[in-house]
Amino acid sequence: MTTVSWSSEPGTSRGPEPFLSVRDLSVRFSTEDGVVHAVDGLSFDVEKGTTLGIVGESGSGKSVTNLTILGLHDPAHTEVDGEIWLEDQELVGAGASTLEKLRGNRVAMIFQDPLTSLSPFHTIGRQIGEVYRKHKGASKKEARDRAIEMLERVGIPQPATRVDHYPHEFSGGMRQRAMIAMALVCDPDLLIADEPTTALDVTVQAQILDLLKDLQQQFGTTIILITHDLGVVANTADNVLVMYAGRAAERGTVREVLSKPSHPYTWGLLSSMPRLTSSVDMPLVPVRGTPPSLLNRPAGCAFHPRCDFPQLVGSDLCFTQRPDISPENGHGDACYLTLQQKRDIRTGDTKEQA
Amino acid sequence: MTSFLVRRILGAIVILILISLITFYLFYALPRDPARAFCGKICRPETLTLIRHNLGMDEPLFVQYWHWLSGIFMGREFTQFGACPAPCLGYSFATQEPVFSAIVDRFPVTLSLTLGASVVILSFGILTGMLAAWKVGQPLDKIASSTSVIGASLQIYFVGPLVVFAVVDTLGLLPRPSYVPFTEDPLTWFVHLLIPWVVLSIIFTANYTRMTRSQMLEQLAEDYVRTARAKGMSGRSVFFRFAWRGAMIPIITIFGVDLATLLGGAIITEQTFTLHGIGELAVRAVQNTDLPMLLGVTVVGAAAIVFLNIVVDVLYAFIDPRVRLS
Ligand SMILES: Nc1ncnc2c1ncn2[C@@H]1O[C@H](COP(=O)(O)OP(=O)(O)O)[C@@H](O)[C@H]1O
Ligand code: SF4
Ligand SMILES: [Mg+2]
Repeated sequence: MTTVSWSSEPGTSRGPEPFLSVRDLSVRFSTEDGVVHAVDGLSFDVEKGTTLGIVGESGSGKSVTNLTILGLHDPAHTEVDGEIWLEDQELVGAGASTLEKLRGNRVAMIFQDPLTSLSPFHTIGRQIGEVYRKHKGASKKEARDRAIEMLERVGIPQPATRVDHYPHEFSGGMRQRAMIAMALVCDPDLLIADEPTTALDVTVQAQILDLLKDLQQQFGTTIILITHDLGVVANTADNVLVMYAGRAAERGTVREVLSKPSHPYTWGLLSSMPRLTSSVDMPLVPVRGTPPSLLNRPAGCAFHPRCDFPQLVGSDLCFTQRPDISPENGHGDACYLTLQQKRDIRTGDTKEQA
Repeated sequence: MTSFLVRRILGAIVILILISLITFYLFYALPRDPARAFCGKICRPETLTLIRHNLGMDEPLFVQYWHWLSGIFMGREFTQFGACPAPCLGYSFATQEPVFSAIVDRFPVTLSLTLGASVVILSFGILTGMLAAWKVGQPLDKIASSTSVIGASLQIYFVGPLVVFAVVDTLGLLPRPSYVPFTEDPLTWFVHLLIPWVVLSIIFTANYTRMTRSQMLEQLAEDYVRTARAKGMSGRSVFFRFAWRGAMIPIITIFGVDLATLLGGAIITEQTFTLHGIGELAVRAVQNTDLPMLLGVTVVGAAAIVFLNIVVDVLYAFIDPRVRLS
């Protein structure tokens, strides 16, 4: 397997300005039931050419965050605060035509379910080609040739024939490949992959992830990989952002977060992962409880109703004050436990299970 | 495509035979005896037998049905009326005219009404529905949505005379509705049918406005529309190039179902505007217990609906590549 390391020092945002920088992002939806705080004060950076894995249970705000980068929410029902910088361009509040020029061109996105995400009414070739025509002003013929080239690049056999087929004539894996071809047709700088393998079976999942890695190596694309599967992150990403209830729970390099996880929610996620734990026989322990309602979020740390350790923190900090992620850079988490307490719990955990 | 058509047409023939069989059977299950009706008030048994014989009603039911069915393809001989060349649907009990030519005379009226109204319903309904969806929540949407509710609750026999009174009698904008054959003068045909078309389409158009609006909104929330936007497609091209196709599929399906109701509406419209179409024939055939006419009208009407449904299916396959006509 290829080792994944394109930046000299992933995770530590020392160097120059990061490629993508999200600062204090909040996204609220007004609905009939009230205001949904889908993202709340989220900050993260992505370095050029690296892969950031965003992990979290369903509903933690992963998709909302990334759709916000592309400005894809209905402005009539959505309130966005904070900043999103793509190099020197601010995307929050950018105009419709600016965003249209950006989408599919500098920033491309692939979605979870390639069957529903592709138009059933147009051929694969046309769906790939029209992005190219739109952004590069290519002719019909050029767009078609480019579509064939892209299909070949993502490993679709007989691309010259397949280009005229409809999505329903493709298998699930092939559809996701076509989706990737469509996303990469304009050589984007940033590719956002929102659970690209969740709808696929395991062997196909690995193929798609390998394909993304290969393409990244060839073209230096920056990738945000959204997933609820830490295993996927372990194999593919440089850095990890763990999200809980629309906020960052933990962030760091893959090695840091997987080997020295420091947020109780990450511990929960890891213990519900079969592949990453040392002992094969260890039972899968899903994080107990359910994700909080985003209409009516718990005060203090949003994770406290599911957390085993508020009493260790002492006082009622966990119930009253929202923890911010710290330190500012590098490996950090949003939890009041001290480093020593975390270390003790981690090692205690492993002893218990040994 | 060809094999699809062959299959559909064979299926249609089976359906039509079943419909005619059922109509035939139901008619004889009725307590009313057409021969007795012909015979008049003072009816001697011999006369009744004679009439029965002349009408071919003294033979077993299935023999009579067989005569009727084979007449369509091979023609028939009648003791009373002489030769009836194929396609023969027999002679009217009531008016003694050949059923087939009576229908052929009137069919264009009903067909013009139905097709013209279909065009109005689909174009107007889809257009207003699209506009409402495009401007969702804005005044235009509210107007379209509320007028559509009013439209759906109106009745042909109520609106028809009202429109004639306003547009023809008071304003003098259009001539009184009547039927002029299209082949004779297309413009006159058009102008004289405009009011019936609009009146017939009012109740349906409203429904199509609502359906188109909700279908468009539904499609706009679909994943593939989001993908199109994520590719940088503009709002307008997403709306008009992507979403409409998905929205049209259920609309066409419903339209196929509505065709039969539309034909029923055409009959009411004919009555309202005294147009001499199939509807008038049907009503009179029922009143007169006129079996051959009733059978003829039923089968021809059913054939028209079945045929139009085949057209709808072909259309469907054109819009949705997932539907294969093989
Ligand atoms: N357009 C919307 N209107 C209202 N609520 C929304 C909308 N989009 C997402 N949400 C809510 O925001 C929360 C975060 O959703 P999402 O980002 O899709 O989660 P995930 O981490 O699974 O991708 C969920 O509770 C979801 O119901
Ligand atoms: S801050 Fe408190 S409730 Fe939140 S994760 Fe840490 S210990 Fe648990
Ligand atoms: Mg999601």
